[in-house]
Amino acid sequence: MTTFAEGTLHTHRELDDMLGQRWRKPRFIKRPWLRWALGIGFIVYMIAAVLTVEVNWARVYEGLDRGAQFVLAFTSPDFTSRGGDIWDGMVESIIMTVAASVVGIAISIPIGLGAARNIAPLPVYLICRGIVAISRALQEIIVAILLVAIFGFGPLAGFLTLSFATIGFLSKLLAEDIEAMDRVQAEAIKASGASWMQWINYGVQPQVMPRLIGLSMYRIDINFRESAILGLVGAGGIGATLNTAFDRYEYDTAAAILILIIVIVMALEYLSGMIRARVQ
Amino acid sequence: MLRLESLTKTYKTGDKALQSVDLEVPEGQVLALIGPSGAGKSTLIRCINRLVEPTSGKVWLGETELTTLNQRALRRARRRMGMIFQEYALVERLTVMENVLSGRLGYVGFWRSLTRRYPQSDVDEAFRLLDRVGLLAMADKRADELSGGQRQRVGICRALIQNPELLLVDEPTASLDPKTSRQIMRLICELCDERGLAAIINIHDVALAQMFVQRVIGLRTGAMEFDGAPEKLTPEVLTAIYGEEDWEATIRKVEEEGEEVAAQ
Repeated sequence: MTTFAEGTLHTHRELDDMLGQRWRKPRFIKRPWLRWALGIGFIVYMIAAVLTVEVNWARVYEGLDRGAQFVLAFTSPDFTSRGGDIWDGMVESIIMTVAASVVGIAISIPIGLGAARNIAPLPVYLICRGIVAISRALQEIIVAILLVAIFGFGPLAGFLTLSFATIGFLSKLLAEDIEAMDRVQAEAIKASGASWMQWINYGVQPQVMPRLIGLSMYRIDINFRESAILGLVGAGGIGATLNTAFDRYEYDTAAAILILIIVIVMALEYLSGMIRARVQ
Repeated sequence: MLRLESLTKTYKTGDKALQSVDLEVPEGQVLALIGPSGAGKSTLIRCINRLVEPTSGKVWLGETELTTLNQRALRRARRRMGMIFQEYALVERLTVMENVLSGRLGYVGFWRSLTRRYPQSDVDEAFRLLDRVGLLAMADKRADELSGGQRQRVGICRALIQNPELLLVDEPTASLDPKTSRQIMRLICELCDERGLAAIINIHDVALAQMFVQRVIGLRTGAMEFDGAPEKLTPEVLTAIYGEEDWEATIRKVEEEGEEVAAQ
């Protein structure tokens, strides 16, 4: 009892100074002039930036008409008159998506393991991170243009593009999940005398599996959407059909294709949600 | 059976976790390692099975010197040392049975472990151990469905199925309530007794250590401060290990609890 009283007596004067003082959360930027300068500077820049964007209002007025046509086409989508083309494009897109996802995921797993600093030795880590960086730096469209130039028009270029893009995406996120895993669970497996492969299988895989499955489903989803874009640069799939429809001003066919894409993406979204809920 | 010769560990940060520790553990002896947080208890245990690489010194397990072993030989040596962890360290998304059988990974090939087709003798032993700790009914539950005490029991089974000669036990009761803590400590000590195992048990709770072990080692800033029977832990000794504090209450508590346990 007495010791506590003495303890409070010690800090008494310091506390006295602080009682009755206002308290506010410390500012992120301490110097007021810098804080205000940054804030005002940002607003001025925003206004200036918006003002530099030129708008040709006459052109917008003309375009409104075409835009309205396009939107109205959604009320009367035409699935039948180009039915054969749409079907072929869809099948091609789905094949591209599935093949690219399977190949991409299969390659991503070893690269993901190599890109995790807590399980890979430094040279392997650097090589794998390098592969990931290259894959992520090159946007799909750019890769597709290059591959179309090499392999010609068609789904092969699309398939290779999507596989390549999948590697960058999945390896990076898988590696990050491995780096965030619980080290002790893996350590316990190591302590039993397990080999490296057994250690990965028992200590690491169970910890990252739900996320790997979730990410794979998400990537399949992305790959399908991308396959629609890649057609625009000649890499096959439904995008090619969509591009043709636009070129011919067949907005009702284009609307039909877009509706199909939306439905499939939503179905994939629903499916991945269901699977992810199951593998927690 | 286990002999540490001037075992030293200096971390990259310059922290001297272990400063030339010499220790000999005879066959079948259960000893407790006490000391304040950061005294190097965990490091000591992990330097023995080289989850942490010692900086210098030697570790003899029987006739084998562990610090110079290559990876393959180290894996074989690790089979002889079972480890029990603080916070259990079960692989949470695996079943109880998979966790227990993972103690056999040092013995079975990759293909068998991948397909979970363990030899029948291993499966039988896993069932026997689970029955011994009272968790047979939980065999196919996922590890994260169990309570703390149950998880630690699974951890004990996983260590014992290795058929080890030595148990390395790192704060087995740190996250358990007082009653479960005692049950777990009692179980570990009973099992060591049944199987003639030596064990090194890191433990925060001095009173609990005194209740169950034959020998206590006190560690302070990586050096051995005390080595003796649990009764020899006087207030002076505890002050030497932990620093100034009123120790009478701790020691008195031990005596009372000791009686209470005897009465049970």
